[in-house]
Amino acid sequence: MIAAFALILVCQLFGEVVSELFDLPVPGPVIGLVLLFLGLLIKRNPPKVLTDAADNLLIHFSLLFVPAGVGVVTQIDRLKGDWLPIAAALIVSTLLAMVLTALLMSKLLPKAKPGESLEDGQ
Amino acid sequence: MNETDITQLWVYLSAKPLTGLTITLVAYAIGFWLYQKSDRNPICNPVVIAIALIALLLKVTGTPYATYFEGAQFVHFLLGPATVALAVPLFRQTETLKRALPVIAFGVLFGSLVASASTVILAWALGASPETLASLAPKSVTTPVAMGIAENIGGVPALTAVCVIATGIVGATLGPMVMNMARLKDWRARGFAMGVASHGIGTARAFQVNETAGAFSGLAMGLNTLATALTIPFLWHWIFG
Repeated sequence: MIAAFALILVCQLFGEVVSELFDLPVPGPVIGLVLLFLGLLIKRNPPKVLTDAADNLLIHFSLLFVPAGVGVVTQIDRLKGDWLPIAAALIVSTLLAMVLTALLMSKLLPKAKPGESLEDGQ
Repeated sequence: MNETDITQLWVYLSAKPLTGLTITLVAYAIGFWLYQKSDRNPICNPVVIAIALIALLLKVTGTPYATYFEGAQFVHFLLGPATVALAVPLFRQTETLKRALPVIAFGVLFGSLVASASTVILAWALGASPETLASLAPKSVTTPVAMGIAENIGGVPALTAVCVIATGIVGATLGPMVMNMARLKDWRARGFAMGVASHGIGTARAFQVNETAGAFSGLAMGLNTLATALTIPFLWHWIFG
């Protein structure tokens, strides 16, 4: 378990260093993600300790958003000033992006096999 | 114990990192309990409940956010390693990826661009300030990455975090309804779109509805994290200088 966490942290540290060194706009953890993904592709059968460590980190992924989200208390003034554009962007463009992406993918993906599609009258 | 004693005790406790950390976990545990009680209704989002409880507590006790964050930072820190760990569920989708790589890559890039471009154009047309625009632009990717992008392009990471979570909830609650109205029946396309537009919260929802939708949603979320992190900052600096 310790080795698995250490590996994850090493990937992140590498990502942070690369991001800083080359002044990249890509966050360090994303570079770490790519590095670990490439490692998994090469290794093919990842050790169970690593997948368990990753799964444990991700089970309550949403808990990790809480401290940053509480930061809303420092943003009340900005939210008051820009509430209309923020609300409109959140609702309209999220749903627009979703519907357009779904339409595109339903045209482009190979024909759905039985069970991959909502049946009529369901 | 009279009121001064309680005040003094709070002043002492609130300066300890342990307090902020404990409050975060307890508030989330309450939120998660309510979420399960409500039969996993996406409106009872545990993150929203936890944030609301803590914000209320800070307001009532007059505790500054910075004091709270001294303890909460231990939870916040884990966002980085958790983002790296997304490589594992992404790896599990390797077979799906191989089968339709060009279509999937195109779909992710398309969804990522529509999400951020429509957000920025709409918010700009309605008169949002430049900081708000930069904070909103990466709202469809998972929080830690969105915050990193926002910081890079001149946004306010705290505002981004709030918008990302709200985006997830909008997508998870209203998304399926709107896709029904558009007569979209392919679970793969529906899941994929949920992952692209509303990241982890949408993916959690997609898994509840249909296994195929969930797998495609997780794949789309992981790839969108990469696509957005790799394109938005460059596009932003290129367009706005």
